[in-house]
Amino acid sequence: MKAFLAILGRDLRLSLGSGGIGLPVVFFLLVATLYPFAVGPDGALLAKTGGGVLWVAALLAALLPVDRLIAPDAEAGVLDQYAVRGVGEEMIAAAKITAHWIGFGPPLMLAAIPASAMLRLDGETLAAVELGLLAGTPGLAALGVMVASLTAGLRRGGALAGLLMLPLAIPLIIFGAGSIGDFGGGALRFLAASSLFLVAVAPFAAGAGIRALRE
Amino acid sequence: MTASLTLSNLACVRGGRVLFKRLNAALGPGDALLLTGPNGVGKSSLLRLIAGLLPAYAGTVTHKGRLALSDENPALDPRLPLAKALGYWAGLDGTGPAAVAAALEALDLTRLTDVPVRLLSTGQRRRANLARVLASGADVWLLDEPGNGLDTASLVLLEHAIAAHRAQGGIAVIASHQPLGLTNAQALTLEAAE
Repeated sequence: MKAFLAILGRDLRLSLGSGGIGLPVVFFLLVATLYPFAVGPDGALLAKTGGGVLWVAALLAALLPVDRLIAPDAEAGVLDQYAVRGVGEEMIAAAKITAHWIGFGPPLMLAAIPASAMLRLDGETLAAVELGLLAGTPGLAALGVMVASLTAGLRRGGALAGLLMLPLAIPLIIFGAGSIGDFGGGALRFLAASSLFLVAVAPFAAGAGIRALRE
Repeated sequence: MTASLTLSNLACVRGGRVLFKRLNAALGPGDALLLTGPNGVGKSSLLRLIAGLLPAYAGTVTHKGRLALSDENPALDPRLPLAKALGYWAGLDGTGPAAVAAALEALDLTRLTDVPVRLLSTGQRRRANLARVLASGADVWLLDEPGNGLDTASLVLLEHAIAAHRAQGGIAVIASHQPLGLTNAQALTLEAAE
C-alpha cells in the first residue's frame, strides 16, 4: 500500500509538473469550441449532436498523455528500480491508472460544464454527460495505461498507441454517447460495466506489458 | 539477518546467444565479488539476473537481504532537487531523509542537495546514482561500472563507501573495468562463451 501511494503521488506530481492535466482540458475545450464553427450555429443541431462530440473529445483527450505514462519510466530505469524493490508490476499499473484518471477524469468533468454551454446542451443532457464521464473515464484511464505499457518499448509507440486504443474504446464511446438520450439508464449501466471490466483487467495486462519491457 | 548471495550453476542466454554458463559463487556478510571481462561478455546481464530483472536460463540465484542496483540509468526525476529525488527511493525503502543526508555526505554531494538532477554533470549524476544505493540501506549492492565518469577523489569516496558497507556485514557485487581498491574480494572473470 505504501508503494501504491508513493507511485501515485509521484505520477501525479509528474503530470502536474509537465502540464499533463491542463493539456487534455484545453484540448477538450478546443474541440467544443471548434465544433460549432464547423457545423454552423444551429442551436438545435448542436444540442442534438453535442453530447456525442464531447465523448469523442474525451476519448482523444485521454489519449494525449499516453506516451508519457510508461515509456519515460522504462527509459530512466525507474521500472527496474521498482522491480529490484519487489514492487509488483500489477501494483505499479494500478497506481498509474489511478494517477492517470485523477489527471484527466475530474478535470474533464469540470471542463464539460463550459463545453456544454458552447454546444447549447441543456441541464439534463449535461447531467447525463457528467454521469457518463464519471462512469466511463476510469475505463479510458485503464485502457490508456494498458496501451502505454504495450507500446512503450516500440519506436513511434505514441502513434501506435492511438491505433491500438481507439478501437478498444468503441464500447465506451457507444454506451457513453448512448447514455445521453437514454433516460432508462440501460446504456449507463453498460458503460459502467465496460469501464469496470477494463479497470479490472488492465492492471494485469499492463503488468505483463511492464514485465515484457525488461527483456 | 545476515546477508548472503549464492549463484549456482547459472547460465544466461540473450538473443539466442549463450553469454555464460555454469557460473558459481557464494558470498557471505562482508564479501565482495568483482566481475571482470571484455565488453559484451555478460557482466551487466549477470547483475540484472541477480537483481531479478532477467530470468536465468539455467541455475538459481538465492539471496538473503534486500538488493539495491546501480546501473547506467539514473532513475532520478530530472526536475527534482537531488535530495528530493533520492528521497523518493529512500521513502520506498523505508529509510528516510536521514539516510539520504548520510549518503550525500559520504559521496561529497551535500553541496548539491538543492540542485535539480538535470543540472548535474556526468560524474555528479553517477555519484547521485550511487547515493541512491547507499541511502537504500540494502544488504546486497549490485554496482555496474560504478567508477565510470568519476574523478580520482570520487573513486576514493566510492571505495570508502564500499568498504564501510562491507564492514557492516553487507555484500557488494561489482562489475568494473577500473581497478577498485577492494580488499579480499572474490574475482570472477567472465570469458566469451564458445
